[in-house]
Formats: sequence, structure tokens, C-alpha cells
Amino acid sequence: MKLIFEQGAEGHCLHLLPACDVPEYTLPNERTTPIRLPHVSENELTRHYTALCKRIHGVNDGFYPLGSCTMKYNPKIDEDMAALPGFTQLHPLQPVQTAQGALEALHTLGSELGEVFGMDAVTFQPAAGAHGEFTGVLLIKAYHTDCGDTARTKIIVPDSAHGTNPATAAMCGYQVVNIKSNDKGGVDLDALRAAVGPDTAGLMLTNPNTVGIFDPNILEITKIVHDAGGLCYYDGANLNAVMGVVRPGDMGFDCIHSNLHKTFATPHGGGGPGAGAVGCKEFLRKYMPGPLVVEKDGAYGFDYPEKSIGRVKMFYGNFDVCIKALTYVLTLGKEGIPEAAKNAVLNANYMMARLKSKFDMAYDEICMHEFVMNLTRLHKETGVSALDMAKGMLDFDLHPPTMYFPLIVHEALMVEPCETEAKQLMDEVCDIYCKLYDMAYTDPEALHTAPHNTPVRRLDEVGAARNMILRYNFGA
Amino acid sequence: MNYPTDLKYSKTHEWVKEEDGLTVVGISDFAQDSLGDIVFIGLPSVGDTVTMGEALGDVESVKAVSDIICPVTGVVEEVNEDLADAPESLNSDPYGSWIIKVKEVSATEELLDAAAYEAFCATEEA
Repeated sequence: MKLIFEQGAEGHCLHLLPACDVPEYTLPNERTTPIRLPHVSENELTRHYTALCKRIHGVNDGFYPLGSCTMKYNPKIDEDMAALPGFTQLHPLQPVQTAQGALEALHTLGSELGEVFGMDAVTFQPAAGAHGEFTGVLLIKAYHTDCGDTARTKIIVPDSAHGTNPATAAMCGYQVVNIKSNDKGGVDLDALRAAVGPDTAGLMLTNPNTVGIFDPNILEITKIVHDAGGLCYYDGANLNAVMGVVRPGDMGFDCIHSNLHKTFATPHGGGGPGAGAVGCKEFLRKYMPGPLVVEKDGAYGFDYPEKSIGRVKMFYGNFDVCIKALTYVLTLGKEGIPEAAKNAVLNANYMMARLKSKFDMAYDEICMHEFVMNLTRLHKETGVSALDMAKGMLDFDLHPPTMYFPLIVHEALMVEPCETEAKQLMDEVCDIYCKLYDMAYTDPEALHTAPHNTPVRRLDEVGAARNMILRYNFGA
Repeated sequence: MNYPTDLKYSKTHEWVKEEDGLTVVGISDFAQDSLGDIVFIGLPSVGDTVTMGEALGDVESVKAVSDIICPVTGVVEEVNEDLADAPESLNSDPYGSWIIKVKEVSATEELLDAAAYEAFCATEEA
């Protein structure tokens, strides 16, 4: 299809911007060359985006079981609330007494999430998950530094972790210590005991972990780290499996980030900015990024923590995302939140049980919200890889599961159906997965060359990585 | 899968050989096959100190980024800079595509011979 720059012509224009309602001002260093913007009419623009929409597959198009990403349905009432003019017409610099409703919304969300996390303070500044991790680990660093404990230079990360965990630790100036998982996919307690010491700043952990298993030793794990003087960071990537059922704060964690765009149903990826709310225990509050929203005698205002690590983003984070998350939390309520978590777990176990007759499971036990299939045997017997299977699914209008993650499972496909998928759809999907499995034995070539029915065929991933074209080439 | 008998191997899938008083390090056929198409390599610089058991650099494939674990402690004498522009040669010719040559080697981890490494890879695949 044509790119936007290849459409329209000189003179085509549109009038989507509202009239200017502030005084016009000429910048001191006005640019002398015109900005190279597309010249398209409203009709051309609309058709361009409609054409793009037809070529993608999103949560609103169909099944999207991207393991570890929690691609759940985004309720439309959340969008309605975030679009209220009282929120959209606000300016972040207007006096706090004129923005009390917005502050109350943030304050309420902070208390609700604090309850789900088992934490005492919450900030919404981080823009997404990895940014939340960075903020959380800076809290740990500020704590040790404040205690005069500068010998703590290492962060422990299990080998099943998301790549962002070791990256975060490194970005915060820590040395990463990788520890092996045990045969159940959990933390190996002996390896952890051997790894901790006076140089341990902390541990970063996801629970349930990236293979969809809730670590039964979690209290022992956090105790081992605390006994060594380290702190425990909870990566909330998989919080959807346990929200309202068990709290990270009660598992022994000191701080946490939660991806509002996963667990709290706000849009994901290209659908809108994320939000990586960070919660902490009381003793870390004084290091939080400021300002935090506080309530005093019925009025809302800002508090700047005394030993703050400083801002991590301008203003108050992705505010409209917070409004969507607040709407979600209030819509589900105290009963709905744990029910959603339990349904996510039920759905994953239902699919795993149905697929077990054909597919090998990486860990054949009751899972949490996701499960990992190991296609090594299938690959050996038929030559059909996890990638081929994933491409084959595209022909059935299904988004594939996460591939080749976690790294500790070979030929991995990681399936997370979420709580918002119905049994009928999961049955259809399981039938298709089984059909593809049989096809690997009867017609492997069809899978090597899949997809066949998509707008583009198999993409050249290697070429895309080696020869990246990141901007439009205008020519001369 | 190819396991040349004139090389030694680490359990983290690097190969090692002695050549003209230097220790030459690369990644094994098993490593490149598991990684899939390699698209980038992060290399050390000449003169860097490398440490046994720690990363000397990393490789990125379409699947994942993985550390290259250094099997020896020493000082980098030569770096195969050609790999930066043509990392795909690690896939096509893993044993011809050496990554670094190390001098002043003061420690070497316990390495496997070809037969033992092949047996080890068989257990890794399971």
C-alpha cells in the first residue's frame, strides 16, 4: 500500500484542528524551510487509516493470546470516562484548587491500587512497565545510599525474567546476578542462598513467573533476601493472575510496578500510552518521585517527598490512562477484581488441559494465567518450528502466542488467553491449534511457507533487523 | 551439528582453541543454531580485560539477546571487527568466525572435548 507521503498532492488539505483560542505569537527563531507534512484531504486521510486498520490484528479483531502481555479487552466505558471534558480540558499547570476532581481521581486510584498491591504509597509518573522498574529499583538504591550502605552493588534476577529486569538493574548502575530456575520453573532456593550477601542490593521477581507458575516458596525467597539486607522488587507483569487474591506486599515485597495497560485493561502497544504505576512500603515513601497527591481535610494537594529520587516524567504521568484504570477498578469493584483474576487462571488451565493431548507442556502442572508449550519434539519429528506454527495461526485469523520466550524453554509458545475470552472462542482456538499440529505431520511444507492468506506473506525478520529504514526518504 | 575435534568447548557454548600463543574464542554450531539468525554482535575492544565466566560481548538474534560468556581471563589482543558488519557469518561458519583472541591468559574454565560437548548438547536439547 502507499505510504501517507505518497498520497494526496500539493494543495490538498483538511480542517480537523479547532480554531485557535489563544493569542498568536511569533517564535524568535522561526524556521525558514517549511515542515514536510503530507498534503492530504480528510477523505484521503480517513481512507489511509482505514486501510491500515484492515491490515492489522488487534484486541478488537480477535483472539490475542500474547503470553506475558495480558492483552485483555479494553472496556469502552473507560474511554468514555477519560474523554470527559472535565478531564480533557485540564491544563497540568492550572492551580490545584481548580483541579480538585482530577486530583481526587488520582488519589482514589492510588488508594485502590495500594490495596491491591499491599503497598502504602503509589506514584503514577512512570510511563510504562520498564520505566516503572527503573523507578522502583532507584527507590531501592536511594534507600541503601541513605542508610550509608554503599557496598550493595548487585541485583539478583532469575533466568526466567523479562529482559527488562536485568536491563533495569544495569541502567540503575547495578551488576546483575543471574540465578538458575529449578525444575519447576521457580527460584532455586539453594542458588539464591548462594547468591545473596553483603553486596546484595535486592531481588527482582515476577510471581507468578514467566512460565505461569506461582512460586510456592515466595515467603522463603523474600526472607532470604531480607535476611541478607537486600530489598525485594515485584515486577507486576503477571499481576493479573493474582489481583485481589494475594498481595505482593504480603508476599514480602518492598516495592512494585504494575502495568495499568495489562492488569487494569487500559489500551496496549500502539493503542495508546502505557502507565507503570509504582507502589512502595511506608519506609520507601520518602524516596518516591514527587509530587504525590495527598488529601488533607477534604482538599487535595501535592506532597514532595523529602528525599525524593526526583521526577521520572513531567507532571503526573499519563493521566488519561489513570482515569481508564480507575474506571476499570471501580466498575469491577472488590468482588470483580479477584473474580477477573480467577477467570484468567481458569481460562489458561482450560486451554492447557485441552491442548495437552497433543502438545508438550513445559511444566505440566496447574498453571496460573498463562502456560508454555514446548515444541522441541514436534520440531525434531517434523521440522516445523514454533515460528512456523505461529505463522500458520495467522491464516486462521488468530494472533499467535508469544514465541521463544521465556528463554529457558526451547521452541516455546506462551499462551495467555485472559479472562475476557469466552469458552466458545477458546474451543475454536484449541481445535485450530490441534489441526495445525496434525498438519505439521501431514503437510509440513504448508507451515514452512505460512502465512498464505494475509496481506503480506512471511516477513524478512533478519532483513528488517539488519537493514532498518526508520524514516521516509524524500529523495533530493 | 558439527563438533570439530581440534576445539575445546564451554558449557555456555563457546569454542576455544590455542593459536600462536593466543587463546581464540568463538561460539559453537549448537549456539548459532539455537539462537537462529544473528543480526547484531556487541564486541569488546582491543586492550580490554576479559574475565572467565563473565560476558565478553553479546549476540542478538531475531529471537533474543544473549551474552557471550568468556571462558578465559586475560587481555583482548585482537577483535574480529568484520563480524560487526557481517554477523551472519556466525551462522554460516561458526568455527571460522572467531570473535576475539586473548593474550596473557591467567585462568581458563574447565572445558569439554568435542565428544563430551556433543553429549552435553544432547541433554540441553531435551
